[in-house]
Amino acid sequence: MPWYSPRRFPVVRPRSDGRFDLVLDVAHRDTISALLGELDQLIEAGPGDPDLRRLHPPAYPDDPQRDAEFQLLAGDELRTARRAAIETVRSSMDRSVLDEDQVWAWLRALNALRLVVGTKLDITDEEYEPAIDVDHPDAGLWSIYHFTGELEHAIIAAIAR
Amino acid sequence: MASAPTISPTETSSPDADVVVDLDTPWVVLVWNDPINTIEYVAIVFQKLFGYSKSKAMRLTMDVHTKGRAVVSNGTREQAEIDVFRLHEHGLWATMQHDD
Repeated sequence: MPWYSPRRFPVVRPRSDGRFDLVLDVAHRDTISALLGELDQLIEAGPGDPDLRRLHPPAYPDDPQRDAEFQLLAGDELRTARRAAIETVRSSMDRSVLDEDQVWAWLRALNALRLVVGTKLDITDEEYEPAIDVDHPDAGLWSIYHFTGELEHAIIAAIAR
Repeated sequence: MASAPTISPTETSSPDADVVVDLDTPWVVLVWNDPINTIEYVAIVFQKLFGYSKSKAMRLTMDVHTKGRAVVSNGTREQAEIDVFRLHEHGLWATMQHDD
């Protein structure tokens, strides 16, 4: 079971004015920006990619007709909202202070990345944690999966009340 | 849901009592267990989207985790669709159904 320590990769720190200092180190900012750029391209390409299926679940799983209507109406809006969150994160990389909405954009964007990577890894069991070495073809994806988990938990620890 | 070992629910009252279904607005929004979103993430999303207390959000999250799903809100069809959309926006596996 993954154990995510909020202290391993500090991301934001609460300020007395209700905003947050962005304290993530620059190398990790660059990594996240590059990964989210790739995710943005996948989302832009369209909802047909099976790796994106966890980003747009059915609203009406037992009623295909109603669900098709829902997806038609909400699908574009959902993609737009997700890409906006990614853009918020990528454009905030050189800031030192974030407001709470921006921090939530970070959380949503990192979580979307983690969902897509987890889908690529075909994670269907929450206890699944294979012992793979660095030469394994999936080692990079696992590294991103755990990295985004660490970052998410660092953010949650900072905004929890 | 993946989990970190530090979280334990502090209240044990029935989560079913949390969401009262109004017969005039019989749509319920369900969140389903999934193996990627973590307990801490799901709980803080419930707090943010529905204004639930930390303990109520964690109770619902543990319901999702242990029972496979939980009703997180209810209302008219339009209200339920908005809640489903916001949950999808945050990456949760949410569906809605007529409560009958």
